[in-house]
This record gives sequence, C-alpha cells and structure tokens, in this order.
Amino acid sequence: MISGRTVRGRRAWCAGVPASGDNGRVSLYRDEGIVLRTQKLGEADRIVTLLTRGHGRVRAVAKGVRRTSSRFGARLEPFMHVDIQLATGRTLDVVTQAETIAPYGMSITDDYGRYTAATAILETAERLTAEEGEPTVQHYLLLVGALRTLAEGAHEPGLVLDAYLLRGLSVAGFAPSFSDCARCDAEGPHRLFSVQAGGIVCRSCRPSGTVAPAPDTVALLGALLTGDWDVADASEPRARREASGITAAFLQWHLERGLRSLTLVER
Amino acid sequence: MYEGVVQNLIDELGRLPGVGPKSAQRIAFHLLAADVDDVRRLVSALTEVKEKVRFCATCGNVAEDELCRICLDQRRDPSILCVVEEPKDVVAIERTREYRGRYHVLGGAISPIEGVGPDELRVRELMSRLADGTVTELILATDPNLEGEATATYLARMVASLGLRVTRLASGLPVGGDLEYADEVTLGRAFEGRRSLDV
Ligand SMILES: [Zn+2]
Ligand SMILES: [Zn+2]
Repeated sequence: MISGRTVRGRRAWCAGVPASGDNGRVSLYRDEGIVLRTQKLGEADRIVTLLTRGHGRVRAVAKGVRRTSSRFGARLEPFMHVDIQLATGRTLDVVTQAETIAPYGMSITDDYGRYTAATAILETAERLTAEEGEPTVQHYLLLVGALRTLAEGAHEPGLVLDAYLLRGLSVAGFAPSFSDCARCDAEGPHRLFSVQAGGIVCRSCRPSGTVAPAPDTVALLGALLTGDWDVADASEPRARREASGITAAFLQWHLERGLRSLTLVER
Repeated sequence: MYEGVVQNLIDELGRLPGVGPKSAQRIAFHLLAADVDDVRRLVSALTEVKEKVRFCATCGNVAEDELCRICLDQRRDPSILCVVEEPKDVVAIERTREYRGRYHVLGGAISPIEGVGPDELRVRELMSRLADGTVTELILATDPNLEGEATATYLARMVASLGLRVTRLASGLPVGGDLEYADEVTLGRAFEGRRSLDV
C-alpha cells in the first residue's frame, strides 16, 4: 500500500521541547491517518479527529478549513486518508500540513449504502480505539482496508461493515468464536449462539438467552471474521440479515453506549 | 466559577454555536459592562425573533407569516426547485441574483454519526411537493462537503423515478486560485462538472 513513504509516526524534531507558545518553538510530528470526524470550531476552524498509524486517536485543530480558500480543501473531510503534519499544542494539536494518500470520501459519498456503512465504520473506530496517544496499528490497518474495500465497491457495503465490526472487536480483545464453544472450547460445529458468552456455545454450556441461528448464517459470520470473501459474497440475503443482527448485538454488548449511525445503515 | 446569575449567563452563552467557554466569559463581562439600553435592545431583538419568525409551511425557509416572501412571490418560477440545507443558504443564493425559481430547505444534511437520517430532515415534505408534477427541474444545492454530497446522492436516488431533470451545483476550483493547490476531491469534482466552451 504505502510502503516507501516515510510517514511512520515519530516526533520529527524538537522532541521534548515544551509545546508551542512557551518559547516560540513548536514541536512537530508527522503521521498518516484517517479522518474520523470533524466538528465546527469558531468562525472558520474545525476540530478534526483522526485515527493515526503511530499516535492512535488524535484530535487536532484545522485552522481556516471551512473557508473556500483554505489550502486544506477537502483533505480533512471524514473518510480521507492523509499524510499529515501536526504541531503539538497545549490542549489540542494543530494541523500544519495535509496531503492526500487516498480520497476515499468521493466514491463513498456517491453511493448512499456505502456512505451509511462507512459512517458506522468511522463511529466504531472512534469508540473501539484507546484514548489519544496509544498506538493502534492493527485497528488502523483494518480501518484503511475497510474504507478502501468500500470505495472500490468490490463487495456489498453491509458485508464490508460487518466484517470490519467483527474484526475490530477481535482486535479490541473481544474475538467472537463461530465454530468451537466460546465457553469450554469443545470442538464445533454447534448450533447455539450467545452474545454474552462471546459466540457459539455447546449444548452443555448453554447459558440463558441463547439463539439458534441458521447454519449458513454462522458460516457467513465465520467467513466475515476470517476474510473468506468467496463464501461471504455467495451468501443469501436472509443469512446476511441474520448475521448483521448478531454482529450488531455483539457490538452493542461490548460498547457502553449504542452506536448512533448503526440504525441508519441502509441494508 | 462565578456567582449564580453571572455563571448562568456564561453557561447560556456557551451553548451557542462557535462560542467556547473563554468567549462566553468574554461576552458575559462585555454585557455586564455595557450600557443598559444596548442590552435591552439585544434582549428585545432576541425575544422578537422568537415571537415573530417562524418557518415557511411550504419551503421551510424563515418567514414572518405562514409562507415566506419567496413562496408568496408569483413571479418566481414554480417549475424549478432548489434544495438547500439551511435558510442561510437561501440568502447566499439570493445574493447572486442568478436564480428565479423556488426553494426547499431541508433543515440540515444527513449525518448518521449525529443521529440525523432522512426522517429528521424535510425529505417527506419535498417528496409531496414534487408529487403534482409542477416541478420539472430539481437543483441539489446541498453543501459541497461530504455530508452534503451524501445527502444529494440520497435525494437523487429518491426522485429518480419521477422523471425530473436533476442537477447538482457545479463544485470546483475557487476562482482566483492556482490549479496546483487544489486538493484531489475538489479537482475531481471540477472535472465531473466541466462545461463546454462555445467557440
Ligand atoms: Zn461448551
Ligand atoms: Zn417558503
């Protein structure tokens, strides 16, 4: 993908120097990231939330970005994959430069199904990644891959979303099991599914509140988790509906608050 | 933290868009020091706007009556409808004096992350306005940002079966700028919206 670029996150220079303002010197760092969210600030600025490769989740001010004359243009819109330079600030960092690596936003917004799936992906990325500063390379790569796949239109947007959600949960330490029993590891296949237990369970473990999804739904969930697109693309609409319901329930169980954008995803 | 009423004022001001805690404090102390007549005028302007101004029953623009000034104007072409996000966009387009059709104000853009879907906007009202066939051209003038684009995509699909001419405002390069500074999305959109030159 972007090998050869020297954007591995590291304080470029002046490391350890106090943040801007104290003595006029500014500490700059460079990284690559995906824009997750933007919020208006003051007259013409925005606060931009990014998931970066080397610095985890970062909130930074983009000055003047809402003016049509802004040198940032559309580079700091959600879904954009950017090579970015930031200046460490006292409360928020400040974006000093941004170059596009891939403008995923354009082909995503041209299709409403892709847009709603991609929005749910961004909201999940913000919620599943640790507070600022903690590197989250695995989740970052997952996010880039999901947006690229959506932008290319290679698979149905709902499937891309569910694959991302299941893998994102795994990266966050909540890997579901879709074959062996999530409780006792008894070898699968089993028929019962429990959100609380973390996936498929055997008859003897069977906690309360289990459901019995169709076998091809369980096969689809397993395929989405492992990235077996041949199986996923060939799945029936009924299995996709059931799998997305189970994925959503699984996600909600692990997040403190529900996702706003998930209910608006066009399936 | 300040004494009750002052802190109250700071809190209320801080809820306004674009006003941070620092600015709220600055405005509050400005008001405390200001002439009492100046403050009274501000108060009555605020009260009046809430009492007198409402939203046009047809288009959703700000109005001092049941219908707004533009909807009441018989000279405006009823066959062209321009869809915008906010009443302030109507003002911006009116200032160009280029447009003689009518408007439909959505009340925002589709933003799932803020919990705003099509049902939270005046989309149903738009569809019923289009039902009788008076409108033949629909201009989608939502903001040239990501949410505006997605909203336009959604609306274009909603009205696809109605046989209207659907257009999107050309978005492209800011006049007065250099091509090399344009970002990829802006440049890409400019290519999509290129127009032929008559020679
Ligand atoms: Zn078991
Ligand atoms: Zn009106």
